[in-house]
Amino acid sequence: MPIHEKSLIRPENLKTHDNLVIDGINVSGHWSTFIEPRVVTDYNESLEDEIAALPGAENIHRCWQCGSCTNSCTINAIEPRFNPRYWIYLIRVGMESELLRDKDIIWQCVSCNKCTYACPRDVMPEGVMKATAHWLELKGYTPKSPAMHFDEEFTEQVVKRGRIEDTEVLRGFFRRTGQPLLQDWLVEVGWRVAKKLPVLWGIKMALAQVFRPRTRGWRRAQAAIEEYIHEQENERREALGLIGATAANDNADVRKPEAAE
Amino acid sequence: MVDETDKSRKYRSVAYYPGCALEGTAHAYNVSTKAVAHELNLGLKEVKNWNCCGAMEVKNIDPKLQTYLSSRVLSIAANEMGHDVVMSPCNGCYHNLKKAEYDIEHDPDTQDVVERLSAKAGHATYKAGQAETIHALDWIKETIGEEGIKARTRDKLAGLKVANYYGCMYVRPRHIFPEKDKGPGSESTLKPHFMDDILAAAGAENVEFPLKTACCGGAHTLSDSDTSTKLVLNILEAAEAAGADVIATECPTCHTGLELHQVRAETRFGRKTSVKIMYFTQLLGLALGIRPRKLGIQENISDAMEVVIAKRLT
Repeated sequence: MPIHEKSLIRPENLKTHDNLVIDGINVSGHWSTFIEPRVVTDYNESLEDEIAALPGAENIHRCWQCGSCTNSCTINAIEPRFNPRYWIYLIRVGMESELLRDKDIIWQCVSCNKCTYACPRDVMPEGVMKATAHWLELKGYTPKSPAMHFDEEFTEQVVKRGRIEDTEVLRGFFRRTGQPLLQDWLVEVGWRVAKKLPVLWGIKMALAQVFRPRTRGWRRAQAAIEEYIHEQENERREALGLIGATAANDNADVRKPEAAE
Repeated sequence: MVDETDKSRKYRSVAYYPGCALEGTAHAYNVSTKAVAHELNLGLKEVKNWNCCGAMEVKNIDPKLQTYLSSRVLSIAANEMGHDVVMSPCNGCYHNLKKAEYDIEHDPDTQDVVERLSAKAGHATYKAGQAETIHALDWIKETIGEEGIKARTRDKLAGLKVANYYGCMYVRPRHIFPEKDKGPGSESTLKPHFMDDILAAAGAENVEFPLKTACCGGAHTLSDSDTSTKLVLNILEAAEAAGADVIATECPTCHTGLELHQVRAETRFGRKTSVKIMYFTQLLGLALGIRPRKLGIQENISDAMEVVIAKRLT
C-alpha cells in the first residue's frame, strides 16, 4: 500500500533559502524547497490488529486508500485535519506517533455514515473512527472525550431502566463533563419554550423526573447486559494487552454501568 | 401493482414503536403521528413494554448490545403481539431496527449474542425475517398514497414553501435498507422523495433543497456544540436561500438539533435565521384539518404557529 503522503512532511522540515548557491548553482527560493529527511523508528506493528479487535474496525484491512471517505466526510468539510483515509493509512502501516498527532479530534466523527455509504470496499470507516477513538482512550492517550461521556451517561440509563429520559441525560452529561447546566443558549431555549407551553406539559415533564420512564420487568435483562458488557470489556483489554495494566482501570470502571454513581 | 396493494393492506395496522425521544423532547411528533393515524383511520398498536433501541450511544459502546436492544422490540412485536410490521417515526429507532434486522440475518456472531441475551433476559429470541420495520413515511405513502392524500386535503398547504430534510439515518448506510433503491415507486437513498411526495400531494410547494440528507451533527448536539451549530446553520441558511418557509423533518434528533442550534447560532454567533421547523406529521395534520394544538405545534421552539397563521393553515 505505498502512497505518497504529503501530511507526513512536517512544516519544520521544509527548508527554503533566500540566498544559497551549491556548486555554482543557485538553489534559492520556493522552487528549490528542500525536505529534510527524518527517520521513523517507532512503528507499532500490532497497531492495525489492536484497532481491528475493537468493534467497528473489523474491515480496516480491506482499505485500498481511494479516499472516498475523506471526500464525503461531513467533519472534513469544516476541519481539514479530520482525514479518515489518512488515519486508516497510518493505522495500517503502524505509524502510531503520527496518528497520535491527531488524537484530540478523532472522536469528533458525527456518525453521518457518508463514508460508509461511499466506501467501495466495505471498510465502514465510521466504525473505524469509533474504534480508533476507543483505542486512544483505552490506551490512556486521551482523556475521555465529551462524546464518550455522553454515550456512557446514555447507556447507563438504558442498562438500568430500559429507557432514557432526555433531560436526565442532558443533566448527567453536564455533570460528568463539569459544565454548568445554565448555558446561555439553553436558558434562551428554556424561555422560548416556557412562553408557549401549556401548564399541563410542564406538570408532565416534572412527573417524568419523579417517575422515570422504565421498562417493566427489566431486571433480568439488566443483569444479562451488565454481565455481557463486563465480559466484552475484558476481551477488549486483553486484545490490547492491557490486562492488569493500570492505564485501563479508570476507563473500565466507568464503563461498567453500575459502578459510575 | 399487486405488490403495492399487498403492502397497503399489510401496513394498515402496524405495531407502533415511538421510542424514548417521542416520549420526551419530541412529544409533538408522537402526538401528531397519532392524530394523523386517527384521522386517516390507520391502526397503531404500541409495542408492549418496549425498551430503548440502543440509539447511537449504545452502539458506540457496543454495537452488538445495541442490536440486542433493538431485537427485543422486534421480538415483542412479532412473538407477543403477532405483528409482522413495526412502524417507527424516529429515524434513530428506524435505523437501528433495520440494522438489527440486517445484522441478525447476516452475522452469526450477532445472532449468538442476541440469542444468549434474550434467553437470559427471559423473552423469545427474535428470528431473522419475523418482522419488518418501516418508517412513518413508508407507512403513510404505502397505505394512503398520494392520491388518497390529494383527495383528503384538497391542496390545503397551497402557498407553503417547504424544504424537506431527511437527515442521515433514514438513508445511510445503504445495505441495511434492502427495499430502497429499487427503481420507480421505491425510496431512493441518494435523493429521498417520500416526504416530498406526501407534502406535495397535500398542496405544498417543495423547494429545490440540496441538503436533504446532510448531517445536522445530531450525534454531538451537546458534546461538540460548535460543530453542530455550524452544520445546522448550513442547513438553515440553505433552506432560507431556497426560499423555504418551513423545514419539514421526520427525525426527532434532527428536529431538536435544528431548533436548539437555531437558537444557539443566534445567541452565540449572532446568526439569526427565521425559517420554521416542523415535523412532516404536523404539516400533514394541518392539511387534514386537524387543529394545531392537537398536533403539538405550540411546542415547537421555532415558533411555527407564526407561519401557520400567516399561511392560514388552520
